[in-house]
Amino acid sequence: MTDVTQSTSPRTSLINDPRVRGIAYQVILVAILALLIYEATTNAIENLRRARIASGFDFLSTTAGFDVNQTLIPFSSSGGSTYGDAFIVGLLNTLLVAAIGIVLATILGFIVGVARLSSNWIVAKLAKVYVEAIRNVPLLLQLFIWYNAVLKALPNPRQSYEVGSGIFLNNRGLFAPQPLLEPGAGLVIGAAVAGIVGAFIFRRWARRRQEMTGQQAPVGTVALALIVGLPLLVFLLAGRPIALSYPELRGFNFAGGVQIFPEFVALLVGLSTYTAAFIAEIVRAGILAVSRGQTEAAHALGLREGPTLRLVVIPQAMRVIVPPLTSQYLNLTKNSSLAVAIGYPDLAQVFMGTVLNQTGQAVEVIAITMAVYLAISLITSLVMNIYNRRAAIVER
Amino acid sequence: MAITTEPVAYVRGTPIAEQPPPLMARGWVAWVRENLFSSVGNTILTLIALYIIYLVVPPAIRFFFLDAVWTGSDREACLAASVGREVGACWAYVDAKFSYFVYGSYPWDERWRVDIVFVLGAIGIAWLLWLDAPKRNLGALYFFVIFPVVAFILLRGSTAVGLERVDTSLWGGILVTLVVSIVGIVVSLPLGVLLALGRRSRLPLVRLASVIFIEVVRGVPLITVLFMANTMLPLFLPGNMSPDRLLRPLVGVALFASAYMAEVVRGGLQAIPKGQYEGAMSLGLGYWRMMRLIILPQALRIVIPGIVNTFIGLFKDTTLVSIVGIFDLIKTVEVTLVDPTWATPVTRLTGYAFAGLFYFICCYGMSRYSLAVERRLAAGQKR
Repeated sequence: MTDVTQSTSPRTSLINDPRVRGIAYQVILVAILALLIYEATTNAIENLRRARIASGFDFLSTTAGFDVNQTLIPFSSSGGSTYGDAFIVGLLNTLLVAAIGIVLATILGFIVGVARLSSNWIVAKLAKVYVEAIRNVPLLLQLFIWYNAVLKALPNPRQSYEVGSGIFLNNRGLFAPQPLLEPGAGLVIGAAVAGIVGAFIFRRWARRRQEMTGQQAPVGTVALALIVGLPLLVFLLAGRPIALSYPELRGFNFAGGVQIFPEFVALLVGLSTYTAAFIAEIVRAGILAVSRGQTEAAHALGLREGPTLRLVVIPQAMRVIVPPLTSQYLNLTKNSSLAVAIGYPDLAQVFMGTVLNQTGQAVEVIAITMAVYLAISLITSLVMNIYNRRAAIVER
Repeated sequence: MAITTEPVAYVRGTPIAEQPPPLMARGWVAWVRENLFSSVGNTILTLIALYIIYLVVPPAIRFFFLDAVWTGSDREACLAASVGREVGACWAYVDAKFSYFVYGSYPWDERWRVDIVFVLGAIGIAWLLWLDAPKRNLGALYFFVIFPVVAFILLRGSTAVGLERVDTSLWGGILVTLVVSIVGIVVSLPLGVLLALGRRSRLPLVRLASVIFIEVVRGVPLITVLFMANTMLPLFLPGNMSPDRLLRPLVGVALFASAYMAEVVRGGLQAIPKGQYEGAMSLGLGYWRMMRLIILPQALRIVIPGIVNTFIGLFKDTTLVSIVGIFDLIKTVEVTLVDPTWATPVTRLTGYAFAGLFYFICCYGMSRYSLAVERRLAAGQKR
């Protein structure tokens, strides 16, 4: 018997050797990419020089010559705010609408998703119609409908609807009472935070005690007392340090109170109803993925419908739901850039719109904007991967 | 054993009359009881649902049908003051602007060219989507190579074939919406396949380049890609070369869609069992022949639903080109809204309803199709 280990490679011509070919492909790819990048860069430098547009990131510290209606940080052109501040304003507005939108979309999406599986025929059909109608119409059109056809069609401030006491709705937005913090208000806020933390600690203690001894504690009542009662008590004891400033009609508009701009409302409502339709489908698929035997076993143990859903079905469904849910959250964040179409001052509108127009530094501005969205995406996927690793089924 | 012939006293000679089925166990009353009013909570839910329907449906029917104005030549027909009653949707406006919604400002005498392109495109799409159609390979060649070239010559015009040139700034409406989405799919499918192959390649640099492209594009909103195509494409090209206004967003949309397409195709590639690859290699096929003859035909077939879903997303996303100033359907609707001949309080909602209906019919139809294909593909696995 001869040894079959091969000491020399079979005789093939160099052109048919897969390894040589692989290296050649990569060299060609790198060469093409390098050529493209080189061409693009030299052309861009040449074109920018001819159009007399500056390059570099110096413009971020130049004073911006415009104002923004909704800002979370102080921003005014007369106060010497820079383009860098405008960037922060836009970024915060994007994060604000995305954060609230995610919360609303999740709540609505879970309700609709569970409703689609309801044994109640009419509820299930209604949820289905909602999902199909919303999913098959472009988001941009829905934003236009919310902004132009619904909110802009509201009456002017003099004929506003009074939604509740001190809450007014008109075509300039939603006006609500604003809490004014007087000295001592910090105590009330501190009490509220302490109440929430206390409620969580109590719940953990109650659960542990129930696991050890089987005794149940009135978690709901105690939590309510801690979260609502404690701040209220401190509020009264500290001499009511928080007052409300009510919006009042002065001339043609309201003064005082807090104004929520219609652009924000339209974007928020549009984004959350749109994303909720997708979340509903994810939730439905997730619940259907939990085998029927799990529900039956829970019933056999004597659990009722509510606890079965809460303790058995949902925790297992979450494994299936969470990964696509994350990508919906990212979609919502990215879709918030459609603000540009209805004039909500988010990152895309303020920075990629106004700042780009004023400075003309397209390359830098667009690169920064893209980097921000990319960073949000990457951070979210990183966090989600960690969650997935923890939530994954541990198999033998 | 003898068979007894004596009549058995307790057996009836005739069947008794049929009784109606118990109403409480079957029939619609039982159905309603079981499905709508089985418990207190269920009854409350039913009532809430009925209330929502009552809030939405009757006003919608009133607005879109009963109170709607169907004929008229200008805004007078749709003004409550001149008609003397409550006015709903102003369909007369859609009727008057319909050709603008379809063709934009495309010259009247040349619109037959657009019609021919629509028919040719419909043939190509039907050929590809009908899974039992004859010669589907030829159909793919037609749709991805022949049709785009013919459509470009017909729409743009060329003096070589005796067609007057029509500048892309005159194109508009549904024509542009379809052009953007068809170009998107025609470019993104082959590019997506290449990127997907690149991402699964053994060559590290090819894989790296594909992963970076796919992840970066998928991580940013389409609107930033469109802005980039709009403002940076002219910068990257040499000197006085200024790309066509319509071409810029087309490049953006096509690149954007190919990253998403790549992920769909990659799903298909991963679903093919390893034995298929090994079988192909043991037959002595090289990489490209293995992919072309063995792997891709199977992989692409199982991802048809995914491709259609990506296309639905792409089709809805084409509306974003209106933000960078391209006259797609949304933009043409917006433009007609400032036309004083049709300025009424109901015009805006009517225009949006028309656009919404158009997108809904297209997207809903496609999603039904993709569900049907999915069911058909799953039929083999069913036991």
